Amino acid sequence: MKLTCLSTTGGGGSYHSPASHLLELEGLRFLLDCPIDLTALADFSPVPLTGDAGGLIRAVPRYLSPAAAAAAKVGGIDAVLVSSATGVLGLPFLARLPGFAHTKIYVTEVAARTGKLMMGELVEMHREFVRYYGPDTGELPRWMEGEKLNELLSMLEKAVTVDKGDDLTSLMPLYSPGNIEECMQKIQPVKYGEEVCFNGIFTLKASSSGLELGNSVWTIKGPRASITYLPSSVFVSAHALDFDYSSLKENDVILFSDLSSLNDMDVDNDKLDEHAMDETEHSLCRRSVLRDDGADVDEKIAFLCNNDDIKEEIERISYICSCIIDAIKSGGSVLIPIGRLGVILLLLELISEMLHSSSIKVPIFMVSETAEEIIAFTNALPEWLCKSRQEKLFSGEALFDHVDLLKEGKLFLFPHLHSKDLIAAWKEPCIVLCPHWSLRLGPAVHLLRRWHADKRCLLVLEQGSDAELCLKPFMPLAIQVLECSFLSGLRTEKIDTLLGVLKPKFVMLPEGLKSRCSVKGRPWSFLYYSKGKTIELPNLQEDFEVHLGTDVAHRLQPRKLNETTAVARLRAKLHVSSGQYQLAAAEKQSDQSKRHLLHWDAVDPDRLLPALQEKGMVCSFAADDDSSGERSVLITSPGEALVKITSDRTVIYCDDERTSGHIFDALSRVCNGI
Amino acid sequence: MAIECLVLGAGQEVGKSCVVATIGGKRVMFDCGMHMGYHDRRHYPDFARALAAWGVPDFTSALACVVITHFHLDHIGALPYFTEVCGYHGPIYMTYPTKALAPFMLEDYRKVTMDQRGEAEQYSYEDILRCMKKVIPLDLKQTVQVDKDLVIRAYYAGHVLGAAMIYAKVGDAAMVYTGDYNMTPDRHLGAAQIDRLKLDLLITESTYAKTIRDSKHAREREFLKAVHKCVSGGGKVLIPTFALGRAQELCMLLDDYWERMNLKIPIYFSAGLTIQANMYYKMLIGWTSQKIKDSHAVHNPFDFKHVCHFERSFINNPGPCVLFATPGMISGGFSLEAFKKWAPSNKNLITLPGYCVAGTVGHKLMSGKPTRIDLDKDTHIDVRCQIHQLAFSPHTDSKGIMDLTEFLSPKHVILVHGEKPQMAFLKERIESELGIPCFYPANNESVSIPTTDNLKMSTTERFITSCAAEQGKQSLRKRNLIHGTGTSEVNGCDEAAVEGVILMEKHKAPKILCEDELAQVLGMERHLVQFEALGSSGIEEAVELEFKRAEAADLGSDGK
Ligand SMILES: [Zn+2]
Repeated sequence: MKLTCLSTTGGGGSYHSPASHLLELEGLRFLLDCPIDLTALADFSPVPLTGDAGGLIRAVPRYLSPAAAAAAKVGGIDAVLVSSATGVLGLPFLARLPGFAHTKIYVTEVAARTGKLMMGELVEMHREFVRYYGPDTGELPRWMEGEKLNELLSMLEKAVTVDKGDDLTSLMPLYSPGNIEECMQKIQPVKYGEEVCFNGIFTLKASSSGLELGNSVWTIKGPRASITYLPSSVFVSAHALDFDYSSLKENDVILFSDLSSLNDMDVDNDKLDEHAMDETEHSLCRRSVLRDDGADVDEKIAFLCNNDDIKEEIERISYICSCIIDAIKSGGSVLIPIGRLGVILLLLELISEMLHSSSIKVPIFMVSETAEEIIAFTNALPEWLCKSRQEKLFSGEALFDHVDLLKEGKLFLFPHLHSKDLIAAWKEPCIVLCPHWSLRLGPAVHLLRRWHADKRCLLVLEQGSDAELCLKPFMPLAIQVLECSFLSGLRTEKIDTLLGVLKPKFVMLPEGLKSRCSVKGRPWSFLYYSKGKTIELPNLQEDFEVHLGTDVAHRLQPRKLNETTAVARLRAKLHVSSGQYQLAAAEKQSDQSKRHLLHWDAVDPDRLLPALQEKGMVCSFAADDDSSGERSVLITSPGEALVKITSDRTVIYCDDERTSGHIFDALSRVCNGI
Repeated sequence: MAIECLVLGAGQEVGKSCVVATIGGKRVMFDCGMHMGYHDRRHYPDFARALAAWGVPDFTSALACVVITHFHLDHIGALPYFTEVCGYHGPIYMTYPTKALAPFMLEDYRKVTMDQRGEAEQYSYEDILRCMKKVIPLDLKQTVQVDKDLVIRAYYAGHVLGAAMIYAKVGDAAMVYTGDYNMTPDRHLGAAQIDRLKLDLLITESTYAKTIRDSKHAREREFLKAVHKCVSGGGKVLIPTFALGRAQELCMLLDDYWERMNLKIPIYFSAGLTIQANMYYKMLIGWTSQKIKDSHAVHNPFDFKHVCHFERSFINNPGPCVLFATPGMISGGFSLEAFKKWAPSNKNLITLPGYCVAGTVGHKLMSGKPTRIDLDKDTHIDVRCQIHQLAFSPHTDSKGIMDLTEFLSPKHVILVHGEKPQMAFLKERIESELGIPCFYPANNESVSIPTTDNLKMSTTERFITSCAAEQGKQSLRKRNLIHGTGTSEVNGCDEAAVEGVILMEKHKAPKILCEDELAQVLGMERHLVQFEALGSSGIEEAVELEFKRAEAADLGSDGK
């Protein structure tokens, strides 16, 4: 088993850009997630251009080629396991590679659907650049040549966390709708808990990770090891089905790929942007911590599944809502370019509730290509929702409040800012939810241009990307900026307890968490991975398990070699299905003119004679030309045969199958062999 | 091992489906239905008798779980009785739609029977709610570990929203219980879909064991024609249905037709029930057909345009209309009330479902052309209205049953949910055409099915790879990457057989090795044995010579 970490986290934090790995198992190559890294996008100026654009590149943006593309070029990829909609977004870059031609992509139905919408929307928003500058012909753009590039490089290196290894010239044009379609064709959508068989010997199963609708943890069961691929997970969610950790118990290896806590550390240290308002107080003190190592399983589970995280999340979102209300009250509009489905759904519910209780009537607009479809389908997927929302189905209520908001005319959905009906419905102040969090694409760019100088207005930004760089093309700013972080994965304090419940043998942990997870006295061993490196885990077990049909077993003819050992020859057909090797009965033995006799004692012609006679055969030694060391035994009854024996070979000349069978049998008895 | 199969209901009849299969010692109850044709103790499966036979104190310890296939009362009707009156507290599984919609069916029926017959209440509304609270919802294809040994999985069955076929497995023993299913898609549901599983037993419904149906289109046209003819002649159309399932399908059909023909005649639902049910359907759109799923972002097909608000008094109004009324087989309730009012006029039309349970008014109307229905001693209804029997049914026809059976190729088949003579006919076909032993036990009979067992053994990597090389002349792992769908992918079943050796040592698990590996492990030597024809090539003379010599020697010895 080999693991290569292809990327840790790109622009936008672990939610928008989860880690990506290459896992090699039994000679097959699995790609685990393939996000798009939008880091480079920040260096391009949004269109239409206004002012000096802060020195940003004025061209059709290019995007960092996913590390998986290189892996696909080198050794091909047999299968892709995707854990979230964001983990699909980089795949169209691989669509045309020969090493990707026969690849199968496994992803939950919901993540596939959301992912497809997100990719479509990205391409659509990107098109705005193409309309402005003309198409990216695929040739090296001017800004990537010579002097100009060097100039940019120095600026970018300062501003963007482009790794040293990434060559800026490896930036490539965005994929096309055709590429997306090609990718979608390779997708096999799955449900939570559905076991799919890959290549006969692997069983793959997605279970919910709790972070987002359709996000999943994967179990890969191979013939000799079971592996958990554990991306960012949330124990209790306010919208998605809870983290189904119990389905991961006792898998041999855990690939721990929840890198959200690595970001957390940065967040804690980060100073807030000068335009930002004070962030919610950290309520660390209220978080319960399980200190006792001797806690039993129930206590551990209670600790893992307490509501602290989700309570905090709701508090955070409520705080955002109160800021929104303040802005509205002062007459300003609110722009929310947040790209998290779960947060959007919760925000809609909480804002409308707060607007209602403060008896404020302002319209909420969702302006996005995908808004209509997202809103429709989120109310039609009860199986993917948290238990409390499932209860709504069983009691006949709508799954999310947005159904009523739409009906009551409080929420409006439009595909674009220039949609026909938008003008008619448009009223300010208003609350707008729209893409894109990078502030380079989508309606957010235009709305921020409209409101950036109004100090009554509010911009709600997600933490995770460089706010200063994000806001650069909109300077000078008067609009208030609220930067928020959201629940993105496991808290580090819970990792050890989780491992205690899951009981793995090995844990692959990001290097960055090395100091934060105790090794002492734990029954599992840690292996640490870091970006670009390959770590190897020897086989946990040398042998494979096969299932032997009872019909095959009944036909076995064991031979006892001594008091403690017996052996039997086996002739069967090997079938592989549902991750199982099955030996089934083979038809009649085919004619064999040669076979090997495995023997313990010497093949002694002198003992063969009595053995044959015992079987009622009439036989004798023929005159030998002893020089060659060859002895011949002549059988005359029943049937005729001649047996020539040397130290390493016996030839049985006989026309009658039964007789030759008897002779072989006698021979094997003599030498204690089979 | 064996699968012991006890048929508690729907054995050689339709109604109160209930089968308890004991798989490797685990008892699973499939469906827990009621019989709508009876109002005595035959109404429910004979649970007490089964319990006595098992020799356990209570149902909870007797059963590993109960699985319900769909929300029809003949499959779920006895469940509240079983949990709240008989006291079963173990796990109950059903799909999300079934869990959401079943309370409607149960409550609707409970009310009908109480209003009509004043029967002693078998269970209350609260019982229904308490019962449904205990239900664990299932998603399709999700593999659910009920306990350490028992695994169940639901597959799409068509039939009604949320209907599932259930796969159950303990160790190597596996079976499927189909519930009701449809092998052809209808207006709002897809066709049944299942993986090619390895099964010891298939228990299938056989409602239409002998019938083969023609095109659905023609049957739909016939229905629309009859309805259109009636309303254009000023008549009223009564469509008795249950609140869920057929009601939605027929309504989609009519709504569409009304739109196309620009008809203004009102369509009514007799109860708010059906209207509310439509809202559930909207949330459960993922369980409808692919066609609807693909298009619903634009228009939800359960938003019916031509359905009007209804009040009970409307049945006395003049003028044409179409009314959907519950229950489906006119066994009571509002459909009976409307029937009483409308049956005497020859302008009106009553549609009947494809199947009606014996004892219901629907069943009486179906058998022959009665001009009078005697409800009880004192109530008689003259029947002059048109009767249109709906020829489309959400059940598979005989071809579908044969197709599914052939596709799954189980080792044994048990037929339930059908009528005895037709079942006998189908059993013959399954045994003669497919060569699979088939049974159709009566209620309270049981059948024991032997299952195949496997031995588990470890083997070396060398053996596996040499098999692969032998079979495919290519490494198994890289073999062309045949990607299967679902769990039943079979790979590498070339006909070539492989050879190995099983090593059995005392106090050790047996292990399969390659020949040379065994030689190495045990320190054995290899000796090549060659088989040649006696008369082959150059040695012939030599052999001949040897024989002569031997003969001479024999003669010599004889001479002595
Ligand atoms: Zn049914």
